[in-house]
Amino acid sequence: MPDGRKTARNGSNDDDVSASPRLLRAIPWSIAGLLAAPVAVGLAGVVLPAFGYLPALGGTSLSLGPFRELLAQPGLFASSLLSFASGLVTTALSVLAVSLFLAAFHGTGAMRIARRALGPLLAIPHAAAAFGLAFLIAPSGLLFRLAAAPLGLDRPPDLLIVGDPLGLSMMAGLIAKEIPFLMLVAFAALPQAEPQRRTMLARSLGYGRMAAFLHTVWPSVYRQIRLPVLAVVAFASSVVDVALILGPSVPPTLAVRLLQWMGDPDLSLRFLASAGALLQLAVTAGALLVWLGLERLCARLGAAIAARGRRGTNDGAARGLAMLPVALAGLSLALGLLVLAIWSFAGLWSFPDPLPQAFTTQTLERALPRAEGPIVTTAMVAGLSGVIALLAVVAMLESHRRAVPRLAGERPVLPSLIAGLLYLPLIVPQIAFVFGLQILVVASGFEPSLAFLVAVHLVFVAPYVALALVGPWFALDPRYDGVAASLRHGPVATLLRIRIPLLLAPILTAFAIGFAVSVGQYLPTVLIGAGRLTTITTEAVALASGGNRRIVGVYALLQTIVPALVFLAASLVPVLVYRRRRGMEGA
Amino acid sequence: MKLLRSALASVVLLAIAGGPATAQEPSSDEWSATVEAAKGQTVYFNAWGGSQNINDYIQWVADEVSERYDITLEHVKLEDTANAVAQVLAEKAAGRNEDGGIDLIWINGENFASMKEQGLLADGFATDLPNWSLVDADNPSVTTDFTVPTDGRESPWGGAKFVFFTDPARFGDLDTMPRTADELLQWAKDHPGRFSYPAPPDFMGSSFLKQILSEKIADPSLLQEPVDEAKFEEAARPLWDYLDALQPVLWRSGRDYPQNYPAMKQLLADGELGIIFAFNPAEASSAIANFELPDTVRSFVFPGGTLGNTHFVAIPYNSGSKPAAKVVADFLLSPEAQLRKERPEIWGDPTVLDMEKLEPADRQAFEAIDRGVATLGPDELGPVLPEPHPSWMTRIEEEWKARYGS
Repeated sequence: MPDGRKTARNGSNDDDVSASPRLLRAIPWSIAGLLAAPVAVGLAGVVLPAFGYLPALGGTSLSLGPFRELLAQPGLFASSLLSFASGLVTTALSVLAVSLFLAAFHGTGAMRIARRALGPLLAIPHAAAAFGLAFLIAPSGLLFRLAAAPLGLDRPPDLLIVGDPLGLSMMAGLIAKEIPFLMLVAFAALPQAEPQRRTMLARSLGYGRMAAFLHTVWPSVYRQIRLPVLAVVAFASSVVDVALILGPSVPPTLAVRLLQWMGDPDLSLRFLASAGALLQLAVTAGALLVWLGLERLCARLGAAIAARGRRGTNDGAARGLAMLPVALAGLSLALGLLVLAIWSFAGLWSFPDPLPQAFTTQTLERALPRAEGPIVTTAMVAGLSGVIALLAVVAMLESHRRAVPRLAGERPVLPSLIAGLLYLPLIVPQIAFVFGLQILVVASGFEPSLAFLVAVHLVFVAPYVALALVGPWFALDPRYDGVAASLRHGPVATLLRIRIPLLLAPILTAFAIGFAVSVGQYLPTVLIGAGRLTTITTEAVALASGGNRRIVGVYALLQTIVPALVFLAASLVPVLVYRRRRGMEGA
Repeated sequence: MKLLRSALASVVLLAIAGGPATAQEPSSDEWSATVEAAKGQTVYFNAWGGSQNINDYIQWVADEVSERYDITLEHVKLEDTANAVAQVLAEKAAGRNEDGGIDLIWINGENFASMKEQGLLADGFATDLPNWSLVDADNPSVTTDFTVPTDGRESPWGGAKFVFFTDPARFGDLDTMPRTADELLQWAKDHPGRFSYPAPPDFMGSSFLKQILSEKIADPSLLQEPVDEAKFEEAARPLWDYLDALQPVLWRSGRDYPQNYPAMKQLLADGELGIIFAFNPAEASSAIANFELPDTVRSFVFPGGTLGNTHFVAIPYNSGSKPAAKVVADFLLSPEAQLRKERPEIWGDPTVLDMEKLEPADRQAFEAIDRGVATLGPDELGPVLPEPHPSWMTRIEEEWKARYGS
């Protein structure tokens, strides 16, 4: 393609671009750097105490004491192994489920249904999903209540289901939440992998539907979603709330033990906790490294299988099986939400009654007036951090796209260093650096304020917004810019009048995801908000410590409804805006 | 450490020797100056937020002090009191020695000992509060918190007593319930899988261990002093023998533990556990009112005594609203606030006031409280076993983790 070799700057309007190429190049770096700085500072805040230095607690010299103490902790190996395994198993099963589902159902009605269901499922915060699952599968949960009459049970069986020592319930809860997330990023990546063309080609060579997809489409989908997958490894190996609700108690995961040490009244345990934070960092890094190894192994395996040339035409049964994990994840999230809803209206509901003896709105009536303030704070923080994140990410992506010349047809890619900085908060376990960050924040003398909370949420919101937006943003046909330029539009007008309207749907989805991420933040909100700024999530966690399932139900629902409304709006607005433009209907 | 302990011990002696004599009636001028300075101040009250009843009561207090003293009281709802301790520590670490984020903390035991030791508390103020004169100061747990002298650095708010709850509708008559730790073990053996305790370091779980230790230890006086490592192994052995025997018959065979008291409450409601325990005698009644427990649940105690203690409010050293925090602490001690707090439909928390020191009308109001079917009256709660020194809690938590926690 000799014509294609002619380099063309995206946006073509060279005068505008060359006016400030340095500035354009500096924008992505400075934004990514700003977002990564708190992580680095927070880590510094745990490294010093981990080596015994924290003058406020009398630690004025460096020593290895905290690490010696850490290694002497009983069950430390089991806790670390649990965290490590949870990171790998959760991710492996979630990725497998998503790949098989897409292989079996891309381009079918089942996939369209999955796409529809995605928004609400993503809106459910992890803690709410975990509570829902616990209320479902515990020996006193809904499933056993339904089975009680046929089995003749009058008391819950003494079975170790929730909190099992291998962490299976915990991993199940995580998988149910990670599947929708990976599904979302995979959906966004799918068009660039040209599934129709490629599978058509493979099928014309006699490959079965699933085999065709897995050999020709999946590898290029996976390459695009690799970062979110690594984020899942990091998240699952260091998650706190799900592990508290569904995870084992003797010993709990490393992250939960960290939280216990951080929260121990004996303040000298802070040194131990800081050393533990570094161990958590190592465990997560280890899980990530092993995952990278597994990636290679799978690539080899895939190549070997492809070389053998088995066509896999008889995949009817496999397609049925491929439905199972995704359906199960969706169903358990939905049923869990239903059980939470029933609990929030329940009067006395003893075992083995399948439904409460009486329904009451008392819990709701007492909770709602108190929840009003937190809901407003939640919506403001989430809305502001979502909008700012969106602006920052758009500025970053667009300036990078314009600053770097590339071949026609070549898609822009964020340099790996920028991507590394931008996604650092997703890869470094939150629990390892927020405590360090807290000390810095207090030292800087900032009063806990809404603006400050928004800034801290931004660190966690922006990477997710970027994850959701980077694919569609770079995928949009650059020739639109050329057309706009030929109509004498400058870069800003092109951005506002062409790109943003064309990309309205992914932009709104990215905002909704950022919103939901902000709503779900617990540790940073408590530590940085200093308890003065309460969101529904901090209220939910405080009230959940009272263990009343009715209140847990009410708050879990509130936690879900607020972001769900935003997801709903994100899916409705483009439809309304474009209802008279046939070409935009799919956008 | 040793130096610190002996210093602590001498403080104890001093407090015992000079305690009552140093408590002086504050001059009313001084107090009215405090009330004047408190006007317009905001008090961030960090208190556990896991109970809607308690949250509502604190909201009532906020409304009252706003009207009476022009003080804005903000309840910062904690999931764990230690988080507030951590915040004050973080502020100290950062050199923020004035106008810190917390003005009042609901606290006792380990958290208090820890804050006191780290110098995170304001100077003693409790005995200068006007309503201190009504407090039952003869109750040793009001002036020593888990054997650590309070030195007026925390002001009593309510009482706590270790009580057991059961559901006779499922597990048989109250008369058949255990009356000692040994009978409890036998009951657990007769009902395998129906008893458990939260895994330490949960507060209730650790309290259960202390209750057993207090009953089984050969020389209980050891518990009133810091742990002596040389004697620890022998002193604590009866506890581990007891738990070893209990382990196989625990809920889930001891492979999992309830997370905390509320989790046990839910397990009692579901019939998974037959006997649970709490530190607030009125807990069962209020849980019944909230549909959390069936109305057949009843309370009992060991006739030989169960642990009892007092919970307090304290002011961090760097509070910027100390006058207002003191006024709130004083209001919490007023007969009106204490009476409201003890009503079971409000909270059901026992008062720290001395009935003898009250006006007759107030006394009658306290006596007239209907505590509900599931709550034992003050005279039915049995003798109080004193809380061991905090170092015991730390030591048996460590030892428990090594034996059962991994």
